[in-house]
Amino acid sequence: MLTFTLKRLVSGVILLAVVATATFFLAHAAIPDPTLGLLGSAATPEAQQALAAKIGTDRPVIVQFGDWIAGLLRGDLGDSWKNFQPVGAQIALKLPVTLSVVTAAVLLSAVLGGLLGVLAGLRPGTWIDKLVKAGAVILFALPGFWVALLLVMTFAVQLKWFPAVGYVQPQESVGGWLQSITLPAISLALGAVVMIAEQLRNAIIRADGLDYMRTLRSRGLPQWRIVVHLLRNSAPPSLTILALMFVGLLSGAIIVEQIFALPGIGPLTQASSQNGDIPMLLGITVVTVVFVVIINFLLDILLGWINPKARVK
Amino acid sequence: MTSPLTENIDTRAGRRGSVFVRLLKRPAGAISFGILVLIVLVAVFAPLLAPYDPNFVDLSITRALPSPEHPLGGDTTGRDVLSRLIWGTQITLWGALVAIVTSLVIGVPSGLAAGYFGGATDRIGTWISDAVQSVPGMIILLIVGANTGNDFNLLMVTVGVFMAPGYFRLTRATVLAVRNEAYVDAAKVSGLSHARIMGRHVIRPVVAPIVIQSALTAGMAMGMQAGLQFLGIGGGTTPGWGAAMNEGFRVMRTDPLLLLWPSLALGISIAALAVLGSTLADVVSVTAPLPSRKARRARRAAERAAASGEPLAVTASTGAVAHAAVDSAVQIENLRVRYETADGEVEVVHGITLDVAPGEVLGIVGESGSGKSQTVFSVLDLLPKTGSYTADAIWIGGEDVTALGRRDRARLLGREIGYVPQEPMTNLDPSFTIGHQLTEPLRAVHGMSRADAKARALAMLERVGIADPPRVMRSYPHELSGGMAQRVLIAGAIAAKPSVLVADEPTTALDVTVQAEVLELLRELQQEYRMALVIVTHNFGVVADICDRVVVMRHGSIVEIGEVAQLFSAPEEPYTRELIAASLDGAESRAELDRAFALTGSAVAADDPTPGTSTTDTTDASTEADRKEVRA
Repeated sequence: MLTFTLKRLVSGVILLAVVATATFFLAHAAIPDPTLGLLGSAATPEAQQALAAKIGTDRPVIVQFGDWIAGLLRGDLGDSWKNFQPVGAQIALKLPVTLSVVTAAVLLSAVLGGLLGVLAGLRPGTWIDKLVKAGAVILFALPGFWVALLLVMTFAVQLKWFPAVGYVQPQESVGGWLQSITLPAISLALGAVVMIAEQLRNAIIRADGLDYMRTLRSRGLPQWRIVVHLLRNSAPPSLTILALMFVGLLSGAIIVEQIFALPGIGPLTQASSQNGDIPMLLGITVVTVVFVVIINFLLDILLGWINPKARVK
Repeated sequence: MTSPLTENIDTRAGRRGSVFVRLLKRPAGAISFGILVLIVLVAVFAPLLAPYDPNFVDLSITRALPSPEHPLGGDTTGRDVLSRLIWGTQITLWGALVAIVTSLVIGVPSGLAAGYFGGATDRIGTWISDAVQSVPGMIILLIVGANTGNDFNLLMVTVGVFMAPGYFRLTRATVLAVRNEAYVDAAKVSGLSHARIMGRHVIRPVVAPIVIQSALTAGMAMGMQAGLQFLGIGGGTTPGWGAAMNEGFRVMRTDPLLLLWPSLALGISIAALAVLGSTLADVVSVTAPLPSRKARRARRAAERAAASGEPLAVTASTGAVAHAAVDSAVQIENLRVRYETADGEVEVVHGITLDVAPGEVLGIVGESGSGKSQTVFSVLDLLPKTGSYTADAIWIGGEDVTALGRRDRARLLGREIGYVPQEPMTNLDPSFTIGHQLTEPLRAVHGMSRADAKARALAMLERVGIADPPRVMRSYPHELSGGMAQRVLIAGAIAAKPSVLVADEPTTALDVTVQAEVLELLRELQQEYRMALVIVTHNFGVVADICDRVVVMRHGSIVEIGEVAQLFSAPEEPYTRELIAASLDGAESRAELDRAFALTGSAVAADDPTPGTSTTDTTDASTEADRKEVRA
């Protein structure tokens, strides 16, 4: 178990290093002269030179890379080129918003997708099964922001059940916070819900045909205990999908936050991209990948707990 | 991203030419395909179809409602909405195409290589694929889109890169599945080059899943593209749907129609692609389509009509009972088991009748496919979902259980009836400890406390001859040997002291040395608990060792039924003789068998059939005649 944990940790660190390096050079290739975007209409050759000297882009890229990596190893993501404030602190300010929405979406996918998947898997061919199948086909393909627009139009603009835009801090009002993240979370989760449901349905149908399920039933166990056995044995593929979805949800959140005017990572990314604020963009990438690595790590531990055989390996 | 649609495709199924026809025969396939053809036509003929230049500004139609000149009205800057939508179709399709081609070019060859060569190639490829999937693509797209002059094609290429893992995983998995097929090995042995083998034998099965994946990828690429345009990236002056959605979103309170049109266009396109992909997957994976309900009804009616012509063949029941129903532990009357298959319903047990008394050991013997296990599952009411049975009556403990509801019927399990399965290693839940699996029924079904249940489970393990019960209680199934697992299963079956124990080939999967021990254990337990034991086997050695009476089954009917001693010394059926001959090779039993053969053998030699005693011929005709005699 210990070697397994260490291996996963090392693999995560390597992944982070590779992604950080690749993104660094990609960003510098995509934004050859960041001072243009940073200064905007105020860009004069003198101002550009002064800024380049200040942010260090007058040095060779490889030197800048060394600087940045050295900072990264100390846990320092550098300063923004736009407002010269530390990148880490600014991300930390926005991250809770994005994480609220994404976490709510993940929970929603797991609970609702799990419920639908179990119901459909236990009774294949019924209306609920057909609903899951049809939903998986169409809802999965539709992008989150498309669903978000639909929901905003229906529930915020027409019915006025939810605030159309804005974010309420949980410290201010838990109810208001929940209301402000409900529609964004639903728009993100809808595709994941049906995806999880279909995966789980298929896995449950497969597991239900296995020998040991017949033997468990022959012992006279009540149905809910049978479902527990089924669920534990068919959950792994769905959990893997859920972890994979986390990345997709982060991507989706960037657009969805825009629609609901949530002050999360999304608007920050977009603004930084338009400004050419490379340290900020790199910081956001590193932080999100760290989260992805953590999620995958937790998934591995969870899968090991569910499946004792995987633990031994 | 992986798709749920491309998972269970039998790539060898279906002739290529007919797939398209079968796709169009389904309403979902025809409609979605029709919509896509329409979209493609609109894109191709956009210059001819669009009534106005998409960027032509006519301030008089700013936010205009639909009118004859402008069927969808004007946008916020006074451009014709319909014309912009039509031109947007072209851009949307082009973008999707760029993304798919990029994805294909990266994902498929690398997937082929990883699956075909395995080893380091596979590990590196899989690692890169996982790495790409760990990066939120939208952030990278924003970086790429930032200062590259919003180069639309470059953005769609990047989208394609992020979708390549989908193709990679799919191709790799499909190739892994075919790589070890005999024909690929044969090609290797005959000295074909890797490239030839891949081209000839490996690529073909990958084609169908890739086409399906492409339908999905196209939809997702459209979504990504529109999303980027919605954020104001990759749009430029081009009239993309995403840009139009953003414009509509900003004025949705005053002019909701401006949001509606592009959203509809995008939604319908993506949905059509998704439905097409899913229908295609269905068409490819289904080899023989299930007959329609109408056709099935018609066929069943025809079967009934045919059956009424020769009633003996279908309605007669085989077998006999030796005890009154109320006195027997189990009595089955005219049991039929049917399975739903692609070719309609198939009957696998054709009406059998048998019984077993309390404390009696009944063997059910027959080769595989004779219906003996199906009989057992019917008694347990645990047939697979596609199976069903009918019976005039099934008496268990003096009660006709066919009259009971599902719930009451299930109550018999774990109380009246215990079940010992055939294959010990697949009959324990791999995710739970042995202790949990033994104590759970005791607590849930018999209401024992945790401590009592544990004590009983330990005692049962001790009783079935497990050396270190506390350790086994903590173990998981994969940590046990087959013999141990079977003992655990026997302990589980008898923990509730059932009055009937049903054992389905309990020794078949075990080592020869363990077989005798497990059989001995079953015999001991049966006598200790005075249980009726129904033991299914294909081995007459087992029958000779343990059974009081024996039922011989073949092709879903009972061939012969009787006391063991009598059946061994004077089997009435040639089939029974064959079975005995095939399964006995122990020295002691051999003598018995030889005696039996000597008896019947001389009868054949004498060519003197005595009516009512035994058969003298081994032709099918006489077997058939004799079977009719046995029928009750």
